[in-house]
Amino acid sequence: MHPFDLTAPTALDEALEILDDPDAQPLAGGQTLIPTLKARLAAPAHLVSLRRISELRGVEADAGHVTIGAMTPHAVVARQARDVFPALAKLAGTIGDPMVRNRGTIGGSLANNDPSACYPSAVLASNATIVTTARQIAADAFFDGLFTTALDEGELIRKVRFPIPIAANYQKFCHPASRFALTGVFVAKFATGIRVAVTGAGEDGVFRWHAAEEALGAACRPETVEALDLPDEPMMADMHGSREYRAHLARVLTARAVAAIES
Amino acid sequence: MVGISLTVNGVSTTAEVEGRTLLVEFLRDTLGLTGTHVGCDTSQCGACTVHVDGMAIKSCTVFVGELDGAGVVTIEALSERHGGLTPLQKAFQDHHGLQCGYCTPGMIMSLTALIEDNAKPSEAEIRRHLEGNICRCTGYVNIVKAALAATGQLDSAMSASHDTSRWGT
Ligand SMILES: Cc1cc2nc3c(=O)[nH]c(=O)nc-3n(C[C@H](O)[C@H](O)[C@H](O)COP(=O)(O)OP(=O)(O)OC[C@H]3O[C@@H](n4cnc5c(N)ncnc54)[C@H](O)[C@@H]3O)c2cc1C
Ligand code: FES
Ligand code: FES
Repeated sequence: MHPFDLTAPTALDEALEILDDPDAQPLAGGQTLIPTLKARLAAPAHLVSLRRISELRGVEADAGHVTIGAMTPHAVVARQARDVFPALAKLAGTIGDPMVRNRGTIGGSLANNDPSACYPSAVLASNATIVTTARQIAADAFFDGLFTTALDEGELIRKVRFPIPIAANYQKFCHPASRFALTGVFVAKFATGIRVAVTGAGEDGVFRWHAAEEALGAACRPETVEALDLPDEPMMADMHGSREYRAHLARVLTARAVAAIES
Repeated sequence: MVGISLTVNGVSTTAEVEGRTLLVEFLRDTLGLTGTHVGCDTSQCGACTVHVDGMAIKSCTVFVGELDGAGVVTIEALSERHGGLTPLQKAFQDHHGLQCGYCTPGMIMSLTALIEDNAKPSEAEIRRHLEGNICRCTGYVNIVKAALAATGQLDSAMSASHDTSRWGT
C-alpha cells in the first residue's frame, strides 16, 4: 500500500471539507477499498473514515418506506430490516460472509457499483432514492456502467430510501469462491407494476429486464418468465460463465423469484 | 501518523500508527500477539479473524487507525479469560478439528461469535457461518463436529446422520 493520511471526523461537514481535495477519498467498511489499496489500484493521499459520523447510520421505517444510512453495515440491515422489508434483509444476509457483513456498508457497496454486487439490484428493482450530500438521485439515474455511478467528486451517499414493495424476492446464484453474485435477480411488486433488476450478468452492470417487467405486469407467474426470450442485454463472459449461461441464469432466477413472491 | 488508544484483550494501549497500518499488523508486529494469523491478506480466508467491539471482523481488512476507543479481543484472550481452553477450543482438540492449525485461531474466533449469538446453532447454520473461514486441511467435517460438540449437540446430530461422508463440503 502507498502511504496516506487517515482522518476520522465526527461531523459530516468536516468530512466534506477534507473531501474537497481531489486526492482525498472516503473510507466506509473498507471491504472493497482496502483490498484495492493493497493491490495499489488506488493511491489516495488522504482517506476520510466515515465511521464516526453517527448520522450516516441506522435503519428507519416510516409510512411505506425504509431508509438506511450509508454507513449501516450489511449485518445490521439483515437484522433490522427483517420485519419491514424481508427481501432486502435476506439480500443483506447473503453478502459475503459474517465478517464482511459486520464491516461492509450499503453506501460503500452502491458507490462502488461492482457489476456482481447484490445491493444495486434491490435499489434498482425497488425504485429507491439515493440521498447524497448534494441531491436526491433516482435509482434509474444512479448506476452508470461498471464501477461508475452518477456521484460527483466529493459527493457522498448519506442514505438510501426504499419504497416498500407489496412483495419482493432476491435470488442469488453465488459464485462458489468469491460468494458474489454470479447472477442475481431482485423482483419487486408494487401496486403500480413489477420491476425486475439483474446483477452479476450485464456487461454494463446492473440492469432492468423490461420485457420481463411488462409480461409479469400482465400475468405474474413463473411460467410467464419461462416463456420469455432470454434478456437481450449485452452479457458478461468470463472463465466462470459464458454470456449464454448468465442470460439463462437471469431467466431461471427471475422465474424462481416470481414463484417465491406468488407462493 | 494517527494517535489511537484502544483496549486489546482488556489492556489499554496507546500508539501512534501510520494510516495504512492494518489491525493484524498492529497485533502481530507491535503487540507481539502472533496468535492471529495472516492466511491470504486479500480478505478471503478468515485466518485473521478477531473481535472488535464484540463483532468478528477480518483484521487484515481494517486499519487500526480507525479503532480509537475500540475494544479488540484476540485468540490469546480466550483461554486466559476462561482459565484454560474454552469448551470450543477443547472440542477442537477432542474432535481433531485442526491439522496444521493455521486456520484455527480464525475458526475459533468466528465460531465463538456465532455461539455467543446462537447457543445451539444447527449444522447448516455452522456451515453457513464458516463461509468466510477457509481451511485447507480438514475438509471442515471435524470443525463442524467440534462446534456441535461444544454446544452440546454432537450426540443428537450424530444419531441423526451416522453417515458422516454426507457432511463433505
Ligand atoms: C470476501 C468478500 C466477499 C464479498 N461478497 C460480496 C457479495 O456477495 N455481494 C456484494 O454485494 N458484495 C460483496 N462484497 C463486497 C462488500 O459488500 C463491500 O462491503 C462493499 O462492496 C463495499 O462496501 P464498504 O463499506 O466496505 O466500502 P469501502 O470499501 O470502504 O468503499 C468502497 C468505495 O465506495 C466509496 N464510498 C464508500 N462510502 C461512500 C459514501 N457514503 N459515499 C460515496 N462514496 C463512498 C469509497 O471511496 C470506495 O471507493 C464482498 C467483499 C469481500 C471482501
Ligand atoms: S488474512 Fe485476513 S482474510 Fe485472509
Ligand atoms: S487445519 Fe490447516 S488450514 Fe485448517
